[in-house]
Amino acid sequence: MAERKLLPRDSDDEGSLLSRLGTDSPKPRVKFGGMFCNVEGAYENKTLNFESSTSPTDGSTSPTDSSTSPTDGSTTDRLIIKGGKIVNDDQSFYADIYVEDGTIKQIGENLLVPGGVKTVDAYGHIVIPGGIDVNTSLQTSQLGMSPSDDFYHGTKAALAGGTTMIIDHVVPEPGASLLGAYDQWKDIADRGSCCDYSLHMDITRWHDGLFEEMESLVKNKGVNSFLIFMAYKDKFQSSDSQMYEMFGIIRDLGAIAQVHAENGDIIDEEQKRLLELGITGPEGHVLCHPEEVETEAVYRAITIAKQANCPLYITKVMSKSAADVIAKARKKGMVVYGEPITASLGTDGSHYWSKNWAKAAAFVMSPPLSPDPSTPDYLNSLLSCGDLQVTASGHSTFSTAQKAVGKDNFTLIPEGTNGIEERLAIVWEKAVATGKMDENEFVAVTSTNAAKLFNLYPRKGRIAVGSDADIVIWNPKETKTISAATHALTVEINIFEGMEVRGAPVVVISQGKIVLEGGKLNVTEGSGRFVPRKAYPDFIYKRIKARSKMADARGVPRGNYDGPVHDVISMTKSVPATPSSRGPQCPGKGPLGPTRNLHQSGFTLSGTQIDDHIPRRSAQRIVAPPGGRSNITSLS
Amino acid sequence: MSDCRRQWNRENELPVYLAGTITTGPNQRKSYGMFSSVDGACDSKTVDCDNFSAGRRGTRTPRSDSRDRGRETEVERKRERGREKERERETESERLLIKGGRVVNDDLSQYADVYVEDGLIKQVGDNLEVPDDVRVLEVNGCLVIPGGIDVNTCLMKPHLGCSPVDDFYLGSRAALAGGTTMIIDHVTPQPGDSLLEAFELWQESADRKCCCDYSLHVDLPHWHPGVKDELEVLVQEKGINSFQVYMSYKDSFQMTDSQLYEVFSFLKELGAVVMLHAENGDLIAQEQRKVLSLGITGPEGHPLSHPEELEAEAVFRAITIGNRVNCPVYITKVMSKTAADTITQARRRGSVVFGEPITASLATDGSHYWSKNWAKAAAYVTSPPLSPDPTTPEHLHDLLACGDLQVVGSAHCAYSTSQKAIGKDDFTLIPEGTNGIEERMGFVWDKAVATGKMDANQFVAVTSTNTAKIFNLYPRKGRIAVGSDADIVIWDPDRTKTITSKLQQSALEYNIFEGMVCRGGPVVVVTQGRVVYEEGEGLRVQQGSGRFIPRQAFPDYAYQRITTRSKVKGKQGVSRGMYDGPVYDVLATPKYITPSPSAKTSPTSQQPPPIRNLHQSNFSLSGAQFDDNIPRRSGQRIVAPPGGRSNITNLG
Repeated sequence: MAERKLLPRDSDDEGSLLSRLGTDSPKPRVKFGGMFCNVEGAYENKTLNFESSTSPTDGSTSPTDSSTSPTDGSTTDRLIIKGGKIVNDDQSFYADIYVEDGTIKQIGENLLVPGGVKTVDAYGHIVIPGGIDVNTSLQTSQLGMSPSDDFYHGTKAALAGGTTMIIDHVVPEPGASLLGAYDQWKDIADRGSCCDYSLHMDITRWHDGLFEEMESLVKNKGVNSFLIFMAYKDKFQSSDSQMYEMFGIIRDLGAIAQVHAENGDIIDEEQKRLLELGITGPEGHVLCHPEEVETEAVYRAITIAKQANCPLYITKVMSKSAADVIAKARKKGMVVYGEPITASLGTDGSHYWSKNWAKAAAFVMSPPLSPDPSTPDYLNSLLSCGDLQVTASGHSTFSTAQKAVGKDNFTLIPEGTNGIEERLAIVWEKAVATGKMDENEFVAVTSTNAAKLFNLYPRKGRIAVGSDADIVIWNPKETKTISAATHALTVEINIFEGMEVRGAPVVVISQGKIVLEGGKLNVTEGSGRFVPRKAYPDFIYKRIKARSKMADARGVPRGNYDGPVHDVISMTKSVPATPSSRGPQCPGKGPLGPTRNLHQSGFTLSGTQIDDHIPRRSAQRIVAPPGGRSNITSLS
Repeated sequence: MSDCRRQWNRENELPVYLAGTITTGPNQRKSYGMFSSVDGACDSKTVDCDNFSAGRRGTRTPRSDSRDRGRETEVERKRERGREKERERETESERLLIKGGRVVNDDLSQYADVYVEDGLIKQVGDNLEVPDDVRVLEVNGCLVIPGGIDVNTCLMKPHLGCSPVDDFYLGSRAALAGGTTMIIDHVTPQPGDSLLEAFELWQESADRKCCCDYSLHVDLPHWHPGVKDELEVLVQEKGINSFQVYMSYKDSFQMTDSQLYEVFSFLKELGAVVMLHAENGDLIAQEQRKVLSLGITGPEGHPLSHPEELEAEAVFRAITIGNRVNCPVYITKVMSKTAADTITQARRRGSVVFGEPITASLATDGSHYWSKNWAKAAAYVTSPPLSPDPTTPEHLHDLLACGDLQVVGSAHCAYSTSQKAIGKDDFTLIPEGTNGIEERMGFVWDKAVATGKMDANQFVAVTSTNTAKIFNLYPRKGRIAVGSDADIVIWDPDRTKTITSKLQQSALEYNIFEGMVCRGGPVVVVTQGRVVYEEGEGLRVQQGSGRFIPRQAFPDYAYQRITTRSKVKGKQGVSRGMYDGPVYDVLATPKYITPSPSAKTSPTSQQPPPIRNLHQSNFSLSGAQFDDNIPRRSGQRIVAPPGGRSNITNLG
């Protein structure tokens, strides 16, 4: 029965997958055949798409693949997972899974498998696609300090918690080359990461020259998402105009715009004010990053994205009001996605007022946790109803000694909390165990939606024939207490300390290999592969493209106006150009300071001229003055 | 009595530059009873006015000294002549008894007679004892309402060097004809101009021309520390308590969020009301470029490049900043449903924010931008633009009726068709502004009261009383009560009128409400105790008879909550022991940043655009190093390189 159910699958599938690889124009995605695939035909070329898709990274990944698999390969290369309930985002069913070569080869009952296959027992548990953590910063240094959990420790913790893929943020220095930073990050991750990873690119300072780099990242390097900062004034912050320009470019490239949404201008002013008041402890952080400031920026980002017709992804949704703005915008039809993180789903900001400085400082991150204790419940509810789509961790940990750099000034405390390991368990505890969410939705928000948004689907985020064998066997009944003593991280304080969670991974399989079994982690440093992501994810861009076609504005054809025209004798004063934007100006663009250009003043003594009816701007007055242009103010 | 009256009037008509009696602290306002006894009502009611005028006189002298004497005196002479004539006429109508009307205030309506003397309301009630030679106006059941206050006019705002065709004279005439007896005009200095000079320019012009009482808002075209002194003078000595800032008009008026924050903080200290032109100028500039590049140059490009989301976004941002600073925020020109809803929601959350829809947004919509007639389409150009959604006026009236929006302005700024035609090949050059000063009261009545959305009391509130409260004119204006100014309108709810440019007072050739039928209108308009308009007899106004009304800071209506909140909301740190654990060594002091211009736009703090500093790139060819595990930043790399620092990019 199982065999007959499926659609005829032939080379069509692979063909369409492959053909999309090199091209940057999207093709309609052909759905993978059935859930239950034929045994024959399942073997041959399912791995094809992988090899070709990893081709840009060949140099670094294929050696690691071949070097790591023999070490523990003989036992874990081929696996059969028996007796579990497979849970995807759309349905749950009982079936066995056969894994070979790091790929799921068969799903069904009574599978025909070769001998010598290791059997993993999943009776009574659910089998879910491994989690995808779309927001980590394992390499981003602050004030010259690297996070205490680097790619190795971070991914190890991820695997321990049931996350089998991360997408890390590349943060170049403002003004530095994007490609350079990308190479640096990828190099470090290739050496350190224990699970598959991909990279977001953060744009820390926008100028026109970045266009080529962005294009090259999207077309050749497998990056399809860019983060823009609306906070961190005078450092990373972008102005509205710059955001509009970037959104336009990101849309044209078929990528996703992510924003760190906080109003940096207001934060800057509030920080100054609080320090003046003598508040220097971590509570100052939450006082100067009030919830409204986050909400305002989210609202603004959505408005700009709407104007630019660009898909928008809000990282780190930390407050109720910000989440509401996203939910409302979605109701109005905007293409916007919201990402709450482990910390905002699991705890609240009351700890900033803790008497223990080290504890209070451990919670410091931007946007901060909301002091409103009902926030986690609320965010979990929105997550359950689909108004928020993705959970991430925002993981970026600094040791207490590192945090203590800001012991006398909260603005110097490096920002970031843990959460990479606890993410799945907290979502399960807060949403599934309480009945807000079902297990399918759980899979959607922890894995599938992320895979769809960032064009990893169906290779990741689904248990289906041909998908990567990133599988988690989840025990919904197990209870565990989160503690810094037992976690896989190096940081001394866990912000979820003492929290009891139901649900835990029993077995974690990454790339077809068992990395967690019986409570023991068995990871290999550097075994993670870079997973490139292609532009134009269908999940997002189908709507965007349809709208671009519709959105053409048209003028009204009317006869020429032939009535009288008022004489404009003196035009606008040449105004000292006020750079009117929030962020630093684009180098090479914009006016060179506020020098009043006397040559372009519209002032004239001569009265009405014959050509006065022609509207004119001050700068057009003398295009080529006799004797050549001279502009004394520009000489210096 | 008559002599005394003249003296008072004379002083009062002198241009007012200073009001010595104004103090900065919030004044304790006395509320006058509705029915006060006849005796005692007469003697001391004018005292505070005298004080005002005395103060004005004192400061006027030094100013005229610094100015051109000859011109001044000529103006004086002209004024003197005008006053002579005026006095003659005034004697006939200086005592008025309005009989048989229904007095409507914002809180209650009752049948009562109103006795007016010396430009003030002296008695309200039945069976008043009045002298014999009183002119009696029988109003036969019409409504007697406080004269309208138009809170947003631009009768002198220059655009590309041309001034509106309706100046203070024509504009205030039109106002009176429509039942508005006071206007608050915007002083719009250009960036770089002195605020005080602009203020005096406006005041001088208004004193010469304005036919009704007026006051002034001052717009801030720029922000730097020097402006602070001028603002202090304006608030403390000149009687200005409201300032407008712009979030739009990139590269000229627009302010950044940081500047807005500073402006808000400063004006809050002064006790002034912050008014905002709320649109996202950055995005408008981008959209304008885009629309022009599509080849759209007609007036329809204006709404296309000013979509209503940008208005709503700016409103949201303004309210956020207002909340952070804890400062009252007043949004001028609410033109779209989304912007109005944003204000509504903010008020639900407790923000002190006020919203002002204007005549145009309450009576018509933006579909006309697509008219085939260029002149007609251009006449509608204003910023923020009228929303093309035809349900907008209804929605705004609903919100006005339930109190979510508070004030109706007109944003009257009239440019003739030939002036608008400056932008005939480029919509961005079309001068912005629509008419509405005369039609304001009529349309609110027609669309809200006559349809049953709003009662007559709320009508008085939104057209007059709320404005008077927000801008600290209450109860002198905005109420019919003993001691208030005699700015009274006799309103006939059953009158119908068709709006047309042929019958209007404004000098505009094109009225954007052309052909609309409007129920309700003034039968008699009384300002400063004189009848200036009577149906059938037309207007009898006196150019220059309008007085400047100074307004004190810290209006209770806006500031009471703010003051309490500042007291309650003090922020406190946590007292904890010193952290004594290990502290990570930060090798170099806060990282090197390529000098980036901060978002501040004060002209003095300008910096050159960032230069890409190749020396501080992270790029390295050397691969992994033994010390790779030590975190490092580009800027720490070589603090003092051998041979000294060289930075070729900074030489030029």
